[in-house]
Amino acid sequence: MESTQSTESKIIELKPFTDEMIVNMGPQHPSTHGVLRLELRLDGEIVREAIPHIGYLHRCFEKHSENLSYPQIIPFTDRMDYVAAMNQNWGFCLAVEKLMEADDEKEFAIPERAEYLRVLICELNRIASHLLSFGTYGMDIGAFTPFLYAFRDRERLLLLFEKVCGARLTYNYIRIGGVSEIIPMEPGSIDEQNFLDEIEEFLDYFEPQIDEYNDLLTSNSIFSERTMGVAVMSAEMALSYGATGPNLRGSGVDWDLRRDEPYSIYDRFEFDVPVAKDIPDLGAVVGDCWSRYKIRMDEMKESVSICRQILAEGLPDGPVMADLKAVRPPKGEIYFRSEAPRGELGFYIVSDGTPKPVRVKGRSPCFSALSALQELSQGLMVADIIAIIGSIDIVMGEVDR
Amino acid sequence: MNLEEIYQVLKDKFGDAVLALDTELFGDHCIHISPAAIADVCTFLEETDTLAFDSLMCLSGVDFSATDEEFAVVYHLYSMNHRHKVVLKTPLPKTDPHLPSVSHIWKTADWHEREAYDLYGILFEGHTDLRRLLLPDDWEGYPLRKDYQEPDFYRGMRVPY
Repeated sequence: MESTQSTESKIIELKPFTDEMIVNMGPQHPSTHGVLRLELRLDGEIVREAIPHIGYLHRCFEKHSENLSYPQIIPFTDRMDYVAAMNQNWGFCLAVEKLMEADDEKEFAIPERAEYLRVLICELNRIASHLLSFGTYGMDIGAFTPFLYAFRDRERLLLLFEKVCGARLTYNYIRIGGVSEIIPMEPGSIDEQNFLDEIEEFLDYFEPQIDEYNDLLTSNSIFSERTMGVAVMSAEMALSYGATGPNLRGSGVDWDLRRDEPYSIYDRFEFDVPVAKDIPDLGAVVGDCWSRYKIRMDEMKESVSICRQILAEGLPDGPVMADLKAVRPPKGEIYFRSEAPRGELGFYIVSDGTPKPVRVKGRSPCFSALSALQELSQGLMVADIIAIIGSIDIVMGEVDR
Repeated sequence: MNLEEIYQVLKDKFGDAVLALDTELFGDHCIHISPAAIADVCTFLEETDTLAFDSLMCLSGVDFSATDEEFAVVYHLYSMNHRHKVVLKTPLPKTDPHLPSVSHIWKTADWHEREAYDLYGILFEGHTDLRRLLLPDDWEGYPLRKDYQEPDFYRGMRVPY
């Protein structure tokens, strides 16, 4: 008797008589990480379809680039992913440098000191970016405290960046052929020592903090309930949608450009690439929101390790800028990708040999990852949409460019 | 496989639809493909085991100059298994730019093609949802075309600043 009752109640639950409703989420919504509008077609609380509408932050990066010289474009890349602007600068400079290197007659080498500074600063920027992602994700899900912790620590990093380039968010620090010398740091000087000491102090302080964050949020049972097993993105789906970086590794694909296609001097450092695994005890499934989030937490540790290796070696002597007379890449084109905190940041540059590019296309990792949202969110609850957006870690500046 | 080998495989399979191997420019070399055949070529590249291009890194429209009579759509493909890449380029007449969509092969092409449509007015046949992506739906013209003239007003707001 009891069993028939329970099946009957199930049938009733499966056929709720509700009309479909269209709800606009955003563009101004605290959990959309910028200005993203989602058109939700809801059946009660179940999402039948979520259509993202983007472009609210479109600032014509590509059109601007066609009318500017190469060095002038770098500040515009800052404004793509403004929470990891160092990595954006670097991605663009790498592409231009690669195209210039293709012409054997114009030989130049990026100074060692610049390479070390680039890796050091960009890894710190990766930590800052992941901290923001971690803090805001917690807040999206309903945990306010981690946000304050994350911003407290990120602030220290921003002060460090301010010391090297004078800006907190839009750095314009990495230049074509090296790094900026606006605030000179003589090799071996007291300034340099102070700067490195300060980084070391931060790393010593920060490394145990990661464990505290994990205690605070990662293993929090409310957080786990909201994220584990939600919106599972299979490896095939991630590849097909062009999801990269932590999102791809969260789907169990062992792939990191820093290791698998090493650029700059990444081949000199030892670091692990965290890849998501099923954790049956906890209930985490490869490709769910929690896995994507956890990859970022683990990556912070690896970034700390890379920074420590640089500090142990010390910065090499020498200049920080290559001897470049003019930035004028040869007639040709290049697509170069680097591992930004949010995934594979690519720049496709077409040059006609003049100081201005013919075409610059920014291949943004968030753009591709966000396009998966429509498929990921089908049949889930409205609250899960928030969990997905936070877990794929989008920055609308980069999506809209 | 390197680019020459991939070119040879494609040439044997598709004949005249594979136009040329371009090695003159500095940087990335590319294979020119006739626009009508692009979806077939991409399907072949994705499905053949020895090629296995499972990832579309980037899809971009290009307008090389205002005097040129052709656009181009450029595909940057990568194979995670074999770790090789290829660049495909399809020339399109500016008067009637259209070519088959590849969004059924790689889902990321969906938005990339919408972006190319939005900014260049290139039509992707077979795309299920070809709408403007970054610009407002009622925007006129295609801004990344080199001969684009920005409108003076958009909904009563002055556009040039």
